[in-house]
Amino acid sequence: MTATDPSKTSLQLTADGQLRHFLTLDGLNRALLTEILDTADSFIEVGERSIKKVPLLRGRTVVNLFFESSTRTRSTFELAAKRLSADVLNLDINTSATSKGESLSDTLLNLEAMASDMFVVRHSQSGAPHFIAESVTPGVAIINAGDGRHAHPTQAMLDMLTIRQHKGGFEGLKVAIVGDVLHSRVARSQIRALNELGAAEVRVIAPATLLPRDVESLGCTVEYDMTRGMKDLDVVIMLRLQKERMEGALLPSEREFYRLYGLNQEKLALAHPECIVMHPGPINRGVEIESAVADGPQSVILNQVTNGIAIRMAVMSMAMGGQMAERSRKLAGRAQG
Amino acid sequence: MSSLKIIGGRLADTNAETTVLVRNGRIAALGEAAGKEPADHDFDATGCLLTPGFVDLCCNLREPGNGQKGNIASESLAAAHGGFTTLCASPDTSPVNDSGAVTNLILDVAAKRSSVRVLPVGAITRGLEGELLSDMAGLAGAGCIALGNGARPVKNARVLRRCMAYARTFGLTVMFSPENQALAADGYAHDGLVASRLGLLGIPEVAETAAVMEMLLLAEETGVRLHLGQLSCARSVEMLADARKRGIAVTADVAMHQLMFTEDALSGFDSRYHVRPPLRSEKDRQALLGGVRDGVIDAITSQHQPHDSAAKQAPLAATEPGLSTIESTLSMGLLLVERGDLDMGSLIRSLTGGPAEVIGRSAELRQGAVADLCVFDPDATWVPNDSSLNSVGRHVPLPGKALPGLVRLTLCDGRQAWPQSDL
Repeated sequence: MTATDPSKTSLQLTADGQLRHFLTLDGLNRALLTEILDTADSFIEVGERSIKKVPLLRGRTVVNLFFESSTRTRSTFELAAKRLSADVLNLDINTSATSKGESLSDTLLNLEAMASDMFVVRHSQSGAPHFIAESVTPGVAIINAGDGRHAHPTQAMLDMLTIRQHKGGFEGLKVAIVGDVLHSRVARSQIRALNELGAAEVRVIAPATLLPRDVESLGCTVEYDMTRGMKDLDVVIMLRLQKERMEGALLPSEREFYRLYGLNQEKLALAHPECIVMHPGPINRGVEIESAVADGPQSVILNQVTNGIAIRMAVMSMAMGGQMAERSRKLAGRAQG
Repeated sequence: MSSLKIIGGRLADTNAETTVLVRNGRIAALGEAAGKEPADHDFDATGCLLTPGFVDLCCNLREPGNGQKGNIASESLAAAHGGFTTLCASPDTSPVNDSGAVTNLILDVAAKRSSVRVLPVGAITRGLEGELLSDMAGLAGAGCIALGNGARPVKNARVLRRCMAYARTFGLTVMFSPENQALAADGYAHDGLVASRLGLLGIPEVAETAAVMEMLLLAEETGVRLHLGQLSCARSVEMLADARKRGIAVTADVAMHQLMFTEDALSGFDSRYHVRPPLRSEKDRQALLGGVRDGVIDAITSQHQPHDSAAKQAPLAATEPGLSTIESTLSMGLLLVERGDLDMGSLIRSLTGGPAEVIGRSAELRQGAVADLCVFDPDATWVPNDSSLNSVGRHVPLPGKALPGLVRLTLCDGRQAWPQSDL
């Protein structure tokens, strides 16, 4: 029996299917994912202007709530919010309230008292943005900037934008995700997005210690041998390997991992000649990827960063739009009633 | 003491109509004989079912020491509301129930404030640390009916073996929730489809099954009477059945919520369903139901774990495990019967005679027996909410839903435990 409250499945969507939070790609259909990509495309042009601003979030306050440190994700969210003309507050909670024993609920109450309109949340625990979305006052949008091992939906969408730019679409594509899938929120969101957008095959390539239980149920095939797994690939996505994995007895050594699962030119040559190489960053040269590949002609790693700003502008403006639409609908309903 | 005659109800297991006469704390007469005798009060049980009072092998009362989560008065009243008359109180209190003095304290408070019978389970290791033996004989002497390590693990197999051998010396029953600490590690959800999708840290089945196997082997060797509490895996039920065939003195229970829910309950990160052991797969649920139907699993427990609301108000991993279940246990059981997952006979046996036997007691409606009984209307519904619940813990399963099974009367030792008001 499913105990889940049915309203939770639409936690991130308004009654008419608009985004109001952006927590996970689960439950978002192809049309909505495509709308996010199309909206991001329109914002790429903004980044190319000399005055890189649009007024969509003017007068709004966006709080970057980072319970886990991050440079790239936080700065691209900050830039995205500023290009949308929002006021931005960056809070590094690692070193503030929670270390003084304040509970997450209390921290939130204090931040809401500052009349914020949107929280961009990164947290080390899976589901933390869901918890926050359920706790905050209606009208405040929550954007997931990565939670535990669960989801990193803006990263996955910027990856999808990058793939679409280079491949034109998703039909027929063979995509591999290589490395530490077990601990990766990025991989979970990517697998979900690729399935929804119609990729022909998603392969995960890793040793059994770095794969979640029943990983095939997420919508992918499993390949332990990378030389076999590279065959016919259109896209290869490398995941970052944390050094702690050796201590947890998940891997014997970086050296062995690099030999078996690191991407070098030899292995890349086994893929389709136009295969693109992606990495969510920050990259570990010589651990999961060879420098010659990371900096080579097939690498699109830096495009991913540029696209990150456009994708984040897209989801922030769409979620705020959904919240606004919901608010005016409620006001209209009240006026009628 | 005045006498009470319960008229017009049916026995829950056989569905036969009967009359029960209660006098001086005991069942003075049953059936036609009871019908003929006069009584000070009559209770009209038309449309209701009668059962012995339910016996709970695993219940957290939170007293002493955790008043913000519950106390003996609040949780025993909640138990009476749920039809329970006997509670085995887990030793995970503060201080831990690892000495006769704490046991006496619990029994003293219970004598003054409890609505139902409280039977403490003593800590088998000092402070539940899993390292040093507690004064087991002293605990038993003070009134502990069994010994266990609560929700905490015993450090290693050597300590476990000595715990069992020492308990065996005095003929004591040991109760353990099997979990291999190294394999469970930091997990908090079933290592399966939902945990993989949501990125939750998993507790694999083998964390339970490896511990079950170890405990069965040690029980066989030491000859102790072993009770395995709160099983969650299909494979554990198989091993239990095999051990019984070999003649090992082992009994077992399952929490009602394990029969009701699966890992899917966590798919919206709902922290109320963060329980330990975790809710597992549908295959496991089916095997556990089979175990109850076949009698391989002796008892269904509430595994009642009341908490203050803050304990559940956090991201899933940061919340405390446990559901507040004791008021909904019967209702969940009736839902299972309604759905054909369980038959009424198995349900009632697993809540009464089954658990009673595990602790060497009996629970039956017969002439001369202690008047512990429950009268409930299986067709009337109630809604768990702030006004209906008595437990401090409000993180109940199926909140706000109309649940079948309204308890009209609970008698413990012939005294009215529920409702609180006069009939």
